[in-house]
Amino acid sequence: MFGSLAAFGSTVFKSAADAETTPSAGGVASADPTKVPGRLPSALGQRSAFENPGRILKTPALSGSSRTPLEALNGNLTPADLHFERHHAGIPNIDPDNYKLLIHGMVERPMAFSLADLKRFPATTRTCFIECAGNGDIGLDRSNIPDKVTPGQIDGLLSTSEWVGVALSTLFREVGIKAKASWFLAEGGDAAVMTRSVPCSKGWDDAMIAYCQNGEAIRPEQGYPARLLLPGWEGAMQIKWLRRMEFADRPFMSREETSHYTDPLPDDTARIFSFEMDAKSIITFPAYPNRLPNKGWWEISGLAWSGRGSITAVEISTDKGKTWQPAQLQRPVLSKCTTRFRHLWNWTGEETFLMSRAIDETGYVQPTLQQFIAARGPGTIYHTNCIRPWKVNRQGEVTFGLTEVV
Amino acid sequence: MSGFSRLAGFAACTRRRWSIFFVLVILPVSLLACDSQPESINPGRASDIPATSWPASFDIGRKATRSEIVAWDIDVNPDGQGLPEGSGTATSGAKTYASKCAACHGADGEGGVADRLVGREVGADFPFGRSYSSLSKKTIGTYWPYASTLFDYTNRAMPQDAPGSLTSDEVYGVVAFLLFKNDIISGDFVVNADTLHLVEMPARNRFVEDDRHGSSEVR
Repeated sequence: MFGSLAAFGSTVFKSAADAETTPSAGGVASADPTKVPGRLPSALGQRSAFENPGRILKTPALSGSSRTPLEALNGNLTPADLHFERHHAGIPNIDPDNYKLLIHGMVERPMAFSLADLKRFPATTRTCFIECAGNGDIGLDRSNIPDKVTPGQIDGLLSTSEWVGVALSTLFREVGIKAKASWFLAEGGDAAVMTRSVPCSKGWDDAMIAYCQNGEAIRPEQGYPARLLLPGWEGAMQIKWLRRMEFADRPFMSREETSHYTDPLPDDTARIFSFEMDAKSIITFPAYPNRLPNKGWWEISGLAWSGRGSITAVEISTDKGKTWQPAQLQRPVLSKCTTRFRHLWNWTGEETFLMSRAIDETGYVQPTLQQFIAARGPGTIYHTNCIRPWKVNRQGEVTFGLTEVV
Repeated sequence: MSGFSRLAGFAACTRRRWSIFFVLVILPVSLLACDSQPESINPGRASDIPATSWPASFDIGRKATRSEIVAWDIDVNPDGQGLPEGSGTATSGAKTYASKCAACHGADGEGGVADRLVGREVGADFPFGRSYSSLSKKTIGTYWPYASTLFDYTNRAMPQDAPGSLTSDEVYGVVAFLLFKNDIISGDFVVNADTLHLVEMPARNRFVEDDRHGSSEVR
């Protein structure tokens, strides 16, 4: 993607033109591929040797997260091997033949399901995003807002997949949820035995237990062999490697829903059970470390998403927020899913700022950092969704422009 | 639908093409339509499932046994439900903490490669939403609303390099040690299944429900 553009930062985009002698999947690239027989079929495909996207790892890599390189992608789906990671005690290695999902508590029939059992139920499919609640908290530490950061470094705890699994409501019917039950504990089979409380209403609405991701078995990093999927809600609740669900008439107050994943407010309280992801967008091109080699026509492109439903509009400003124009939305626009937007821009060569703001079906408009802090205070790290501006200087160099727009 | 119309128009150009179109497209579509499989195979949302056409039970899965539930049902709740037998005090817990926890959380819970656990410099105050820098003052004593969470999490996930390896007495001891270090219980307080839920955490009443609801209002 965008391989022909110059890069002035740490990431250098390769282009096919300057990689004539780079070894490809089939050996060394041919000077004239029409004069040499091509490579034969293979059991497992691989990317062109000229394309080397990778997840963004923190240094040191001891951290339990990696980010999707949003700048390396186009369209809407995230390749499964580039889906962001967030785990609290590593990725467990689970034998699918020994997998068991236990459901008990306030149910008529406590039951155990094998993976084969889960797959035998009527299946449901959903294409949606998963986003970590801590995604995009860049900018809240106002003494330390970097300018040389890529879209993936800012918002790469976001990925979109097509998921197949069994609707939670199907299992609810099977075990007979008691009328008193209002919450369930979802527990993972990882070394953190990660737990979160989930309202039963989400299960009756659109939650599912997913076992397929983009057409194949879920990757270990995303919860193999089965995970909870709660469309539009913060990623940490969507328990991976799901092994147990316990129903009760109150939440369980686990570590990850009390000491973490709660949102301090300026009135000396903290929001608890803040599940929905607010509408958000980010321009993924042009962005750091791109450099636009000349003025003229460029297509601005990015992603918008809302945990409350469909994106109804994305507006673009190419003049630092003075005026806004509607961007084109890639169809289909799906509820609680990322939506690719595009906007044609004729750059005059002058310094400017590019901004996008998402609007969702509830009428919510993505706020500026100032509006966000006015509403939420300066102490929030989760659920940060303010507008992400990019500065373009007269040399065409693009940097993160949050400090200069606030 | 427009694609379908274009295809139909093209196929109708000649009779031969039309008959091919019938065999390749219309016949399979009508066969599908006659299929007794309900449209529930791929509902977009759970609420779209025509549950009325489903059996009361698919008879898939098996009854869970009492023993397998007990083996996995380790969660501990604010009312003390789920706590095992055993007990601990700050004194007994200090030894366990020093050998199993201090390497990551600091000798006095001041934090290290892992979270800070101890500290009450904000007293009973709750200033975390006032400034970004105050977030570093989050500790068990200033931020955690329930003591049960401390037992539950330590028991299931700690220590990081050997999760689930502590005995119940060791977990009770570590819990007592950390509550004591945070000035919440006295040094001789015995933490067990009967007493943990009595511990009042300073931040107990600081948490409020999410009042965001979309619409034009930013919250």
